[in-house]
Amino acid sequence: MYLCKNFLEPKLETVLIMIISNKPVQYLLVTLLALTSSINFASTSVDSVSVKHDDVELAAEGHGTTSEHGKTVGHDVEKEFNASELINSHIGDAHDFHIADWNGHAISFNLPVILWTNNGLEIFSSEKFHHDNEGHHVVDINGQKVVRYKEVIFYADKFEEMTKEERDNGAFAFDARPLDFSITKNVFSMLMSAIVLFFLFFAVARSYKNNPNAPKGLAGFLEPLVTFVRDEIAIPNIGTKKYGKYMPYLLTIFFFIWVNNLIGLIPFFPFSSNLTGNIYFTFVMAFITFVVTTLSGNKNYWGHIFNTPGVPVWLAPIMIPVEIIGMLTKPFALMIRLFANITAGHIIILSLVSLIFIFKSIAIGPVAGAFVLFMSVLEMLVAALQAYVFTLLSALFIGQAVEEHDHH
Amino acid sequence: MQLTSPESLIFWTTIIFIVFFILLAKFAWKPILGAVKSREESINNALASAEAARLEMQNLTADNERILKEARVERDAMLKEAREMREQIIADSKNEAQEQGQKLIEQAKAAIENEKNAAMAELKLQVSTLSLSIAEKLLKEELSNKESQTKLVEKMLGDVKLN
Repeated sequence: MYLCKNFLEPKLETVLIMIISNKPVQYLLVTLLALTSSINFASTSVDSVSVKHDDVELAAEGHGTTSEHGKTVGHDVEKEFNASELINSHIGDAHDFHIADWNGHAISFNLPVILWTNNGLEIFSSEKFHHDNEGHHVVDINGQKVVRYKEVIFYADKFEEMTKEERDNGAFAFDARPLDFSITKNVFSMLMSAIVLFFLFFAVARSYKNNPNAPKGLAGFLEPLVTFVRDEIAIPNIGTKKYGKYMPYLLTIFFFIWVNNLIGLIPFFPFSSNLTGNIYFTFVMAFITFVVTTLSGNKNYWGHIFNTPGVPVWLAPIMIPVEIIGMLTKPFALMIRLFANITAGHIIILSLVSLIFIFKSIAIGPVAGAFVLFMSVLEMLVAALQAYVFTLLSALFIGQAVEEHDHH
Repeated sequence: MQLTSPESLIFWTTIIFIVFFILLAKFAWKPILGAVKSREESINNALASAEAARLEMQNLTADNERILKEARVERDAMLKEAREMREQIIADSKNEAQEQGQKLIEQAKAAIENEKNAAMAELKLQVSTLSLSIAEKLLKEELSNKESQTKLVEKMLGDVKLN
């Protein structure tokens, strides 16, 4: 899917540069960052291609554009372009980090596959699958045969017995596959963002030791965000007495989600993962908020759930389940909101790019490009907004759990 | 979205997030929030002390004004006193001068009187001497003529009037 990735790249580059070009150093940094994909191309001893070239080539040849992702090596058959397949593969997780395609050969960054099989732990490189995602290439791991089908790894023998439908829903067929603890694209990107964020804030924390005066540089840029979380999110929702205890958690989720939202918008190699648009990730984040909320719940909070004030006792059999469902719907809404917003943004951008390949016309390029640019800018706003909303609602739920009533 | 194996991402998200959270909380949020808070406190303190300084300044200004006013009153009083004193001195000296003058005049008068008396006495003496000499001369003259001598004596005596 290098077509799309490359297509998006110049746009986002421009956007990024526009935003951060206040300082020459940052401009250079961003330019350098934007060039990293090209550097990767060069290092893989394959020439880089530009979007326009390819577009022109395709248009000139009058061929249908091809979806090269997921195509097995050695198959030279060109498939009909399938937008939903492209979009699905882009917003989903993957065992290898796909960088580009060249002549039908995928260039990717191979990530480790970690399986808990019937014979114990097995670790190997995702390279062994040879980019196969259709269950064709059987990999022998210390005598155990596994195949990969749509990024889910099955035991080869069990896979043979499954119907197409069972295979498509294979993510939850725990008897037909080993447990998969691979460092996937999303895990890789999450790890990267965590390390970058940690060093960023560690540097900020250190800078305060040497500079007791007004913050400057990195601290000057990040401190307003920290005080924003404190003054606009934590204090109004949790209250001045108790907010301090929850500040580290709120700050962590705010920056973690925000940065990962932004990483998802950068369409080239070390970024481009759709982590915050992955329901498993949002599930864990929402679940942690749920755990924090539940553990912080005071007498009032539990009193409202098990003995709602002002409600007759005989209604308790109805009220208690309703209240318990209420406890769960709050984090559930958090999970769905973040997942849906980020995924929707990715789908829109990818659909706009797909238009070019659906119409098979270069003329649609500038139109789709303009829309993609617009959507990308909008998504940058959404990235910050959703991080803010997630943090705000987490603070609100925690605030409800620790609230002291005078009582109605 | 094609769902992939849930355990992978759930496992790693949990691990990475918890480790990330603990590390950040210990090495980043604690010092950052501490620094921000202490700076805010120091700013508040600085503002409070500035306010205190302003109040003190105001007090000082008021004090100065008061002192100035007092000084002005005092100066006025001193000036008044000085003026009074001056007038007093002038008046006193005038009196004294008058007294002195009076005294001098008295003295002068007394001296003049004395002089006059002395002069009078002298004059009397002189007159008497002169008279005697005249008389002598006349006598010498008239005595050559008895009748005229007598006549003259009579006339002279008639003319002389003792003061």
